[in-house]
Amino acid sequence: MVSYAFALILLLTLVAYFAARRQASVVGRSVGASMHSRPTYHGFNAAIWACAPPLIIVLVWVLFQDAVINRMILGLFDADRIAAMSSAERSLLISEIRQLAAGRQFGTPGEDLLAAAQTLNGWTWLAHVSMVVIVGVIGALGLVLGVRAIAPRYRARHSVELSLNIFMVFCSFVAVFTTIGIIASLVFESIQFFMRVPASEFFFGTRWEPQIPIRADQVAGSGAFGAIPVFVGTFVIATIAMVFAVPIGLMSAVYLTEYADVRVRSVVKPLLEILAGVPTVVYGFFAVLIVAPLIRDFGTGLGLSVAPRSALAAGGVMAIMLIPFISSLSDDALAAVPRALREGSYAMGATKGETIRKVLLPAALPGIMGGILLALSRAIGETMIVVMAAGLIASMNINPLDSVTTVTVQIVTLLIGDTAFDNPKTLSAFALGLMLFIITLFLNVIALSIVRKYREKY
Amino acid sequence: MAAVETTGSGARTIDWSSDEFKKRRSRRYAADRRLQYYGIAAIATALGLLAILITSLVMTGYTAFTQTMVSVQITLDDERIDRNDVFGANWRNIVRDAFKAATPGLETADERAYFAMFTNNAPFLVRDRVVADPRLVGTTVTFTIPMADPVDQLAKGQIDRSTPESQRRVSDQQIAWFDGLAQQGMISRPFNTGLFFNADSRFPELAGLAGAISGSFWALMVCFFISFPCGIAAAIYLEEFAPKNKLTDLIEVNINNLAAVPSVVFGLLALAVFIGWFNMPRSIPLVGGLALALMTLPTIIIVTRASLKSVPSSIREAALGIGASKHEVIMHHILPLAMPTILTGTIIGLAQALGETAPLLLIGMNAFITSPPAGILEPATALPTQIFIWADSPERGFVSRTSAAILVLLGFLITMNAIAIFLRQRFERRW
Repeated sequence: MVSYAFALILLLTLVAYFAARRQASVVGRSVGASMHSRPTYHGFNAAIWACAPPLIIVLVWVLFQDAVINRMILGLFDADRIAAMSSAERSLLISEIRQLAAGRQFGTPGEDLLAAAQTLNGWTWLAHVSMVVIVGVIGALGLVLGVRAIAPRYRARHSVELSLNIFMVFCSFVAVFTTIGIIASLVFESIQFFMRVPASEFFFGTRWEPQIPIRADQVAGSGAFGAIPVFVGTFVIATIAMVFAVPIGLMSAVYLTEYADVRVRSVVKPLLEILAGVPTVVYGFFAVLIVAPLIRDFGTGLGLSVAPRSALAAGGVMAIMLIPFISSLSDDALAAVPRALREGSYAMGATKGETIRKVLLPAALPGIMGGILLALSRAIGETMIVVMAAGLIASMNINPLDSVTTVTVQIVTLLIGDTAFDNPKTLSAFALGLMLFIITLFLNVIALSIVRKYREKY
Repeated sequence: MAAVETTGSGARTIDWSSDEFKKRRSRRYAADRRLQYYGIAAIATALGLLAILITSLVMTGYTAFTQTMVSVQITLDDERIDRNDVFGANWRNIVRDAFKAATPGLETADERAYFAMFTNNAPFLVRDRVVADPRLVGTTVTFTIPMADPVDQLAKGQIDRSTPESQRRVSDQQIAWFDGLAQQGMISRPFNTGLFFNADSRFPELAGLAGAISGSFWALMVCFFISFPCGIAAAIYLEEFAPKNKLTDLIEVNINNLAAVPSVVFGLLALAVFIGWFNMPRSIPLVGGLALALMTLPTIIIVTRASLKSVPSSIREAALGIGASKHEVIMHHILPLAMPTILTGTIIGLAQALGETAPLLLIGMNAFITSPPAGILEPATALPTQIFIWADSPERGFVSRTSAAILVLLGFLITMNAIAIFLRQRFERRW
């Protein structure tokens, strides 16, 4: 039915545009050159009148229809019975009725449920039909008003431009809304979490066992939501990744900017960029399929015991992903060092290597540091590689050959296949998400400000 | 170096050709060369890893592009199939009898192991084809049916016949049966069309990417139709209209920071807001596309602003000079000229969105769904999440399927990037 509404709106819009344009050109011909706006603008103006109000109505309607109908369905039942139910029981009842209404019947449902399902189908149908009717009426009204507004002095262009401005301002605010949405949802769910689990336990506890089903009244005493091991694991894997990625990325940037001739550079740079374009799920599979067994065999050969999901494998593969990132940011930093510094150093008789080590790298250091911080924030926020290649059990150790878990792994494993936001298990994922957001935001802000400051210097 | 040569009276002259200075020079040059070698080594490592990555994916994945099939004649006689109820016939027995006929002298005790060589869904495959074309009833038709995964791997040489029987997944007897079928010319290994036209399945030999590809398609459509107009409108406003004040500064900082927020956080946002607060269903491409759109938006805004900036001001002034309004200047002149760059950036942004997995996992686009979605409101998987599901599957056959799915995904990404590069080289103007 929603698609009928959209089709109707589209039809009305097209009719409005062409009718108004035609009308405007007729009027224009009769009054000569004194028409304020060209016919196209009258057309657009009428089209906006015909489509904007119904579109807003449809969106609001679709967003709230189910919630309203759910409430009305609950009203069918005995008020005392509903009041006695918890919110989870209520949503279970609703979903049962909705399943019945959709024709999916399990077992023998009660008479009242079947009746409710029928009522629900009736109401849904009524709601859809009335939506289409209302949309049609309002759209037609807009069409008529838009066409009737056509007059030589009517400033259709201004009106269209005003609508465009409103649309553009709205779109600019989408990014702000997104940030607000991120912060609001994370903070809101985290508050729910901290109402169930004390913050001191989350920040200072050293045991993380969220998968154990715990009754709500036992949570506080169980000590299973200490996030420190999770952060330690994140730190271990990010460190391993940086240890491999920074030297390789930096060295390749140095070689590409300073030593390589143009042809080598034009081939190697795009090849390195490919590494950045590979989806992370592919790296995750690569880690599981090739790297982890390789490290395990190698370690066993040396007589070491290596966990099948070792931190080294996850961190090492993450390093591959970060190499092009660090390389291109260092590349920019090195290229931004003014020629004068470079040539001054050569004039003093320094070799290329000495110039790089003693002049270019110190001069480019802030930019390179900014790049490294950005890469670190990526390593911390990276999800798929660690979900596939790192461990699930949080353990407090920093041995790279052991299995550790990370913040992102926990977020994903806690939320896969679970939407009830009323237990500490799923809510803890939002608390972890909030920490992740704050840490990466902090790193990004520092990195961007370092990079910007440094750019102003030369 | 501490030693500085002083010869003669008073005037410091250095004998650059002395042995000591020669040594010193060669040491400095050696250090220079070492640095160069480090650079070469770093690049070689990075490119070597890329090569290993691609090679290992191709080596494990290429076998999944063919599928071992058995061609078997099935008699669809009227006695066993009621023309009015084709669906209800005992397809299991019909198909099993046909399989049995292909290997004479089969003991009853061996039947179980023998039937395990063919895909479990063989009766349904045959049934569906006959239901679609009931005129087949009463004739004998040759059906080409996939072999089960272990036999498929045997045929592809991934199971070594020389390993002891207890350590391989096909028994000696199954190998003998397979060879018997092969001798009769019933075994073929055509291109695996099922990989592209089947949806997901628990059986590797039947699992395909159709559901994932269409799920990704719908999600990308939603992503495009939201992020493209919205991104361009926001960029035009910020670049051409916005006054310089605290609010617009805030928006700009916001956009830059959003571009660096980890993707999993967008998944949390979509889960909490779209699914939790707005009660949208899980696993649907609409929600996935919305999450991807919010992620892609900053990229498109940044690219669009850069390309609007690069249009020379002479064009702007010329249009203003002949009486165009500011909106007309932008709509008629600046935007069309900037469009190739914007499109290039958009395609690259969409390619990133196509490979994005974490947000889709959180909103449940990793469900087990056996039919391709017909629209943005039906549960679906996407290509990257399908890869994740298959990578997690215990069956051996899914290893090569996963690699093949990755190759398909990389193929899409390469195509999109190639289109972007083509657009840039063909239409982009240098001012």
